[in-house]
Amino acid sequence: MSLFYDARIRAFLYQTIAIGAVVFVAWMMFSTASANLAKQDIATGFGFLARQAGFVITETAIAYEPTDTFGRAILVGIANTVKVSALAVFFGTILGVLVGIGRLSHNPVLSRLMLAYVEALRNVPLLLYLLLWYSLIISVFPPVKQAIEMLPGVFLSNSGLVMPAMRWASGLEALLIALVVGTVAAVVVSRILARRRIATGKEMPVATIAAFAILLPFAIILLFADISVSLDVPELGRFRLTGGYHVRPEFVALLIGLTLSASANIAEIVRAGIQAVSKGQWEAATALGLPRSRTLKLVILPQALRIIVPPLTNTYLTVFKNSSLAIAIGYPDLVMVSNTIMNQTGQAIEAIAIFMAVYLGLSILISLMMNWYNARVALRER
Amino acid sequence: MAQFEGFVADTTLMAPAARPPARNRTWLSAYFGTPGNAVITIVCLGTIFGLAKLAIGWLFADAIFAGTPAECKASSGACWPFLSAKLRYIFFGFYPFDEQWRPLTAMLMFLGACGVSMVPRTWGRALAVVWIVVILPTLYTLMAGGVFGLTPVPTTQWGGLPLSFMLSFVGLACALPLGIALALARASSLPAIRVLGVGFIEIVRGVPLISILFMATVMLPLFMPDGITIDKLLRAQVAIILFAAAYIAEIVRGGLQAVPKGQIEAGHSLGLHYWQIMRKIVLPQALKKVIPPLVGLFIGFFQDTTLVTIVGLLDFLDTVRTAMRDPQWQGIAVLEGYVFAAVVYFFFSALMGAYSRFLEQYFRTTHD
Repeated sequence: MSLFYDARIRAFLYQTIAIGAVVFVAWMMFSTASANLAKQDIATGFGFLARQAGFVITETAIAYEPTDTFGRAILVGIANTVKVSALAVFFGTILGVLVGIGRLSHNPVLSRLMLAYVEALRNVPLLLYLLLWYSLIISVFPPVKQAIEMLPGVFLSNSGLVMPAMRWASGLEALLIALVVGTVAAVVVSRILARRRIATGKEMPVATIAAFAILLPFAIILLFADISVSLDVPELGRFRLTGGYHVRPEFVALLIGLTLSASANIAEIVRAGIQAVSKGQWEAATALGLPRSRTLKLVILPQALRIIVPPLTNTYLTVFKNSSLAIAIGYPDLVMVSNTIMNQTGQAIEAIAIFMAVYLGLSILISLMMNWYNARVALRER
Repeated sequence: MAQFEGFVADTTLMAPAARPPARNRTWLSAYFGTPGNAVITIVCLGTIFGLAKLAIGWLFADAIFAGTPAECKASSGACWPFLSAKLRYIFFGFYPFDEQWRPLTAMLMFLGACGVSMVPRTWGRALAVVWIVVILPTLYTLMAGGVFGLTPVPTTQWGGLPLSFMLSFVGLACALPLGIALALARASSLPAIRVLGVGFIEIVRGVPLISILFMATVMLPLFMPDGITIDKLLRAQVAIILFAAAYIAEIVRGGLQAVPKGQIEAGHSLGLHYWQIMRKIVLPQALKKVIPPLVGLFIGFFQDTTLVTIVGLLDFLDTVRTAMRDPQWQGIAVLEGYVFAAVVYFFFSALMGAYSRFLEQYFRTTHD
């Protein structure tokens, strides 16, 4: 009994019990699951990933045919999830910063309107909004047969927006490489110029030089590479539109829903961040003669950014996880594709394990990236 | 002395002759002070006017207030007969029609009890005992029946708003102790316990709720030994509890970190052991700090319970959706149900938001 009064032995005992309990439960679940699966004649393991999928995915961010494998289908789901969440984060951030600044405006009409916007979005479930936007799109726009032709070749109907698409026979890769090279060059050049300005005080037309750096590789490729591209103009048939690039209502509804909900959260974060910057900073900038807009841009926002970035990371992660609500309106994201696979193969455990692992992995990746950014903007203590 | 007088006289001469002109700030200048401001005001008012016109047109001017589905189809506005015809289904789902006074009573009783419990002065051990011993069993008996001559109603027939309330309230009530335990595990000095706590919290927070709901509804039956089946409602409820616990743990961790270390050391020097220190010293201080953010979290979970509609439970949002799919009304009432549900969710969420702000104020003024 006296052994039990030794803190080290007690610690060892508690930890052994905790780990033992977890291992025991896991083993119990594993053994019953494998017994149940064997009884129900469901295959186990990840062999199914190499089999032919055989189902259609309406929206594919990367090339996919029903003859491709289940593994490829999951990749399409991941690509769709990343596509919609990245776009929602991008638009949501811009909108959210504007709304957050509007909330602090001295103009009472603007600040109240922005408050109403934020409250309306934060107090109603996102899923409800998704369904609402989706049925709004479906009910407001006419059916395909009476599609509105907004511009020549651009059709708007309740099955989405169809517009002319560019079909690249060759040269697309070269142009993409040129874009990457140009962007990198522009970043490098503007950094060198900034360092020179700090060292010597000489002003250079940075924007013009950067634009030139981006455009030059493009121009070279356009002049010398073999580029052939054709325009694929959609045609209105009797029942459906054929050809062209199709923006589907599921995607639009999901993008709108995620963007708006992200923007409301980001607006609150931005507002809190700006309010956390001490009032003396405003007064000092005013004393220097800076107008309000420049004070905000040059003095307040850079400081507010340090407070904003950690909660912003959480919002980005939330957007990414909320994109899984796509299944409710039928946008083929990772969860919906996995659900289809689950129904076809019966391998629920594997399918769920895959999509949970993907979400977990991407969540960690996003946090790492945002932490890296946060370390960059953080205050350098002496 | 003479010198000094001269000095004073000098300063008087140097004082400005007149005060700078007072800025003429009327209430109008806040709206139309500068050209930019005037543009903002006009654009905002235009937006508000446009939205109001759309809303009034749809809600009232073009709306049908009494009539048949056919009349609704002809009109471009809202179709209110749909709501009045479907209201009981939307609120109570497939609960037997003649017994629907029971969920109604239960819901009113629940809301009344919540209203009373929201007053900080009623908080205490007695309130918790009343909830556990009196209120919750009564609510369950009312809903499930089987005693006192009430017809038994299986959980598969529960639905609508009472179900949404139940999922979120029971979810949070059960998740709270689990979340506190997880937060303590995460702050523990025992490495194995800490790793288990961190692992659970981070995994659950790294995946969407829908994946945990899928796991509970699709995967869990595979893990159960033969002959044991768990009610679908209970499985979804367990998923929500586990999910909420991870988020609560993170909030409670913030509260734990805010308690000065000297408090724990003081406890040790008094000869208290770990649980005594936690229960009597640390947790009371930590929990008091995290009550407002917990209420904020609760708003989120109340909204997140709508996700159970994806795994096929008849919560409030799902009854709204299925009501709109009724053949009689399909294609006629496409938005009315959602708008109504949005108003209901907005009402309860905004109420809790206001309560959260009140609590923040209350704790700021009444405790340290």
